[in-house]
Amino acid sequence: MSVPEIILEVKNLKTSFATDSGEVRAVDGVSFKLPKGQTIGIVGESGSGKSITSLSILRLLASNGKIKEGEVLYKGQDLLKFSEDQMRKLRGNEISMIFQEPMTSLNPVYTVGQQIGEALMLHQNMSKKEAHIRSVELLKLVGIPSPDKRVKNYPFELSGGMRQRVMIAMSLACDPEILIADEPTTALDVTIQAQILELIKELQDRLGMSVVFITHDLGVVAETCDYVAVMYAGQVVEYADIRSLFHYPKLPYTIGLLKSLPRHDIEQDKLEPIKGNVPSPHDMPVGCRFSPRCPAATDLCRAKMPQLETDEKGNQVRCWIYSEEWDGESEVNIYGETRIAKSRGTETVLPD
Amino acid sequence: MTKYIIRRLLQTIPVLIGVTILVFSLMHLVPGDPAQIVAGEGASEQTVENIRERLGLNESIPVQYGNFLGNAVQGDLGSSIRSGRPVMEEIASRFWVTFELAFYSTILAVFLGLIAGIVSAVRHYTLADTSIMIVALFGLSMPNFWFGLLLIQWFAIGNWMPESLEFLKMRPSGWGDSWRQIILPVVTLGTGGAAIIARMTRSSMLEVVGQDYIRTARAKGVSERLVTYRHALKNALIPVVTVVGLEFGGFLGGAVLTETIFAINGMGRLTIDAIRTRDFPVVQGTVLVISVIFVLVNLIVDISYRLLNKRIDLN
Amino acid sequence: MEKQELLKVEGLKQYFPIKGGFLGRTVNHVKAVDDISFTVYEGETVSIVGESGCGKSTTGRAILRLEEPTEGKVEFRGVNLADISKRQMRNYRKDLQIIFQDPYASINPRQTVASVLTEAMEIQKVLPANKRRHRVEELLETVGLLPYQADRFPHEFSGGQRQRIGIARALSVNPQLIICDEAVSALDVSIQAQVLNLLEELQEEFKLTYLFISHDLGVVRHISDRIIVMYLGKIMEIGDKTSLFENPKHPYTKALLSAIPVPDPDKKKERIVLRGDVPSPIDPPSGCRFHTRCPYATAKCKVEVPVLRTASSMKEGHEAACHYIEEIESGEKQPNY
Ligand SMILES: Nc1ncnc2c1ncn2[C@@H]1O[C@H](COP(=O)(O)OP(=O)(O)OP(=O)(O)O)[C@@H](O)[C@H]1O
Ligand SMILES: Nc1ncnc2c1ncn2[C@@H]1O[C@H](COP(=O)(O)OP(=O)(O)OP(=O)(O)O)[C@@H](O)[C@H]1O
Ligand code: SF4
Ligand SMILES: [Mg+2]
Ligand SMILES: [Mg+2]
Repeated sequence: MSVPEIILEVKNLKTSFATDSGEVRAVDGVSFKLPKGQTIGIVGESGSGKSITSLSILRLLASNGKIKEGEVLYKGQDLLKFSEDQMRKLRGNEISMIFQEPMTSLNPVYTVGQQIGEALMLHQNMSKKEAHIRSVELLKLVGIPSPDKRVKNYPFELSGGMRQRVMIAMSLACDPEILIADEPTTALDVTIQAQILELIKELQDRLGMSVVFITHDLGVVAETCDYVAVMYAGQVVEYADIRSLFHYPKLPYTIGLLKSLPRHDIEQDKLEPIKGNVPSPHDMPVGCRFSPRCPAATDLCRAKMPQLETDEKGNQVRCWIYSEEWDGESEVNIYGETRIAKSRGTETVLPD
Repeated sequence: MTKYIIRRLLQTIPVLIGVTILVFSLMHLVPGDPAQIVAGEGASEQTVENIRERLGLNESIPVQYGNFLGNAVQGDLGSSIRSGRPVMEEIASRFWVTFELAFYSTILAVFLGLIAGIVSAVRHYTLADTSIMIVALFGLSMPNFWFGLLLIQWFAIGNWMPESLEFLKMRPSGWGDSWRQIILPVVTLGTGGAAIIARMTRSSMLEVVGQDYIRTARAKGVSERLVTYRHALKNALIPVVTVVGLEFGGFLGGAVLTETIFAINGMGRLTIDAIRTRDFPVVQGTVLVISVIFVLVNLIVDISYRLLNKRIDLN
Repeated sequence: MEKQELLKVEGLKQYFPIKGGFLGRTVNHVKAVDDISFTVYEGETVSIVGESGCGKSTTGRAILRLEEPTEGKVEFRGVNLADISKRQMRNYRKDLQIIFQDPYASINPRQTVASVLTEAMEIQKVLPANKRRHRVEELLETVGLLPYQADRFPHEFSGGQRQRIGIARALSVNPQLIICDEAVSALDVSIQAQVLNLLEELQEEFKLTYLFISHDLGVVRHISDRIIVMYLGKIMEIGDKTSLFENPKHPYTKALLSAIPVPDPDKKKERIVLRGDVPSPIDPPSGCRFHTRCPYATAKCKVEVPVLRTASSMKEGHEAACHYIEEIESGEKQPNY
């Protein structure tokens, strides 16, 4: 297998917000790689920094936000060093984005066609007329019925699912290399979610885009992604290919997350919840951020922050268990599963 | 939309009826005999009787109201006790003066207010923003008559006016047809209005700038300039339109003090003079006309709000 | 053991008038709930599932008479709640409690937790005043909070903790039936699991009955004994958990189940993708409400309303409202996508 080209790599990204109650380190150590043509999922609970990560990549932060550290390498170039003008040429053109809220993400006073056409006129120097024709084609591409009529609609005239389709059409207008989708289906019903997921997958195959898919739904990740970065309290805590993550999760947090997920496809006796709450951004634990809730935590965990360590498959985990410094048992029991300490790679998990 | 306009028009009918009732009762709410009051103290029995006859005060109250309403609908508001001319004529001759004043004042208010509001919003929390908002606060809290007097002091009477601004000096004759004389009153009214519009525009812009669709526009690669003028402003202006409309209505009806200070023979002056001389038909007439105008302006504002704000035109 | 009927809903309809025209006349109705019937037995958990706007919350509200139902009967312990006076209803309020989705919105931010909890007790006069404080602390421990937190304000708690306060409030009056309207939907998975486990433990301890409203079928499978699937104000399918998840009969239930992503990358499954959006409940489709999106719909479906029935391949108590249960099962009818 040839090494796939990495189209996007985020290295140790840190983003903070200045607020009245002090600095909020919303993103505090995010790293992941996205191979060309593939999909990476970013999962995590509410407030873990998923959206801020994606906004940081495109440098679209609110005015009180600032990227403190790190690199965002797009085709090998650091976007954080780009001028505002260079960024503008990239946004909506080579890297585009769809947002969580289809109901509010479209401008209410312009027609759907005007909004799709805007990017075309901006990046591809199309005339108004060409842009209009292309907008109709794009609406057709995303499966909107009678696109020639819908193109003249205002957003309020469309349902949530249709608006999300419009958002997708808009983001695809300039054939982007990367599509960043921030919870594109969270606000939608499952049957509509199924339509949108299918659509994104189909378009990806057809257009060869790479996708960053942000969600808090592990089911959606399993179904759409090739790689996953799990976020907890502003950090990427585990990064793995999809099968490793779901079959051999290493990090206690990931194991706990999978164990606490009620499933509709199999019968489970009891859920195994993670104790306690997510730490407040103003009061982060000094050591591992998960240590106050982790069933395996030791003194080391509570005192020192672990770093992301890479294993032989290129998967990463931020946990002391797998480091040489580990000070606990050699076989660690986590939510009913056993992991071998100080191990790298697949031998982490005992064979059945 | 047509349905909405028709409904809105129908809704104004009860409002207008209410207005006429109020205006009609003006005369009867004054303590004592209206005829006596109109005639003034020490008038002869006969004069009072004549006045009572002329004002139709001998009839029962409902009949009086019926007559009043019937006449009003036909544009007959009686005639002035002082000048004997029909009230409608008196009003017509003054209306355009006031209209002109209100019109130019509104234009000035919109022009200044929008610029100040936008600059303030785009640069919010900078020195420019703070200074504009402080000035606007002054503009809001300073009574019009006071500001008007200041202007007169500076430009018309004061000696510290530079040569080049000499033309602004008030003519002793008061209101004429020269555009120069309109400047000071328009500045008086317009700056006050501008302060309101600036604050409204600023807060509305700041709210809009935080919306998701602004982020979408930025993510498309739209430049900051276009984000402000194409995406934010159009949305932000929707609530501002209401304020502008109401201000225009307010200028039409409520420029009493400004008109008095600048000796402008507009509707406001007419009303004040009529009240002073107890010219009841004129008072009724002006109040009625001003109220009707206000209702109509409101109607137009509502309709344009609907036209601009596509979202609420759902059914 | 004989199952004891606790709640019986019969022919429940809830129409909301739509005002319009010049004079604000009623021009039409939102048929939010349109003729549904079901029974809840003592000690069990019955869930209502369905997509947004299908009438789940409206059903819950109508049972509690938070809104007067347009038509139909709601019997609690054999008493028709519609027949009794407002005052008598107050006595039943204590037995019927509700927990809402948004733990923020349903708790007054200016009240301490203790006063939130005692308020309900005062209204229902469940305990003499001097015993209430003790009960508050007991309740907090029951829901996994600490007694000293009684004097804190809601904003000092996290979302999951606030939901626990909501549960404690419902428990404070010793209810028999708790309606949980999306009670865990706003919570993160790790917290959601805590609250779900808590609800299960409390059910065992206090012999509670739950009517559990949710759109999350994972949660529903986990917590329910029986499940009601609603679509546009009507019941499409009803049955015990195993039948419904392992042997769904209604095309809508099947589509709904197949639409949910499974957290297992190796489980690639056939997905039934439904066309189009959910129609408006103002002018719902004639015949079978699902016919506009159903891959099996025929001309008959457009005119004839299917009734809930148990086909021969279905277990007792498992019912679906579809004309073609047998034909779809035998493969005689194929979907036309
Ligand atoms: N403009 C801001 N000012 C201050 N703090 C902010 C700002 N935007 C985000 N944050 C904080 O940053 C943290 C991460 O937020 P983010 O939106 O990335 O979370 P998320 O993972 O996307 O969550 P969700 O699943 O709820 O969308 C949160 O604690 C949030 O409160
Ligand atoms: N008070 C009301 N007046 C008018 N229409 C209403 C009212 N309450 C609910 N509806 C309508 O009734 C329908 C059913 O609403 P309901 O809240 O019961 O849905 P739901 O199944 O709980 O959905 P969700 O999952 O979004 O909570 C919807 O179309 C809703 O718009
Ligand atoms: S580092 Fe320690 S506390 Fe953190 S997840 Fe690993 S075992 Fe748990
Ligand atoms: Mg987010
Ligand atoms: Mg609901």
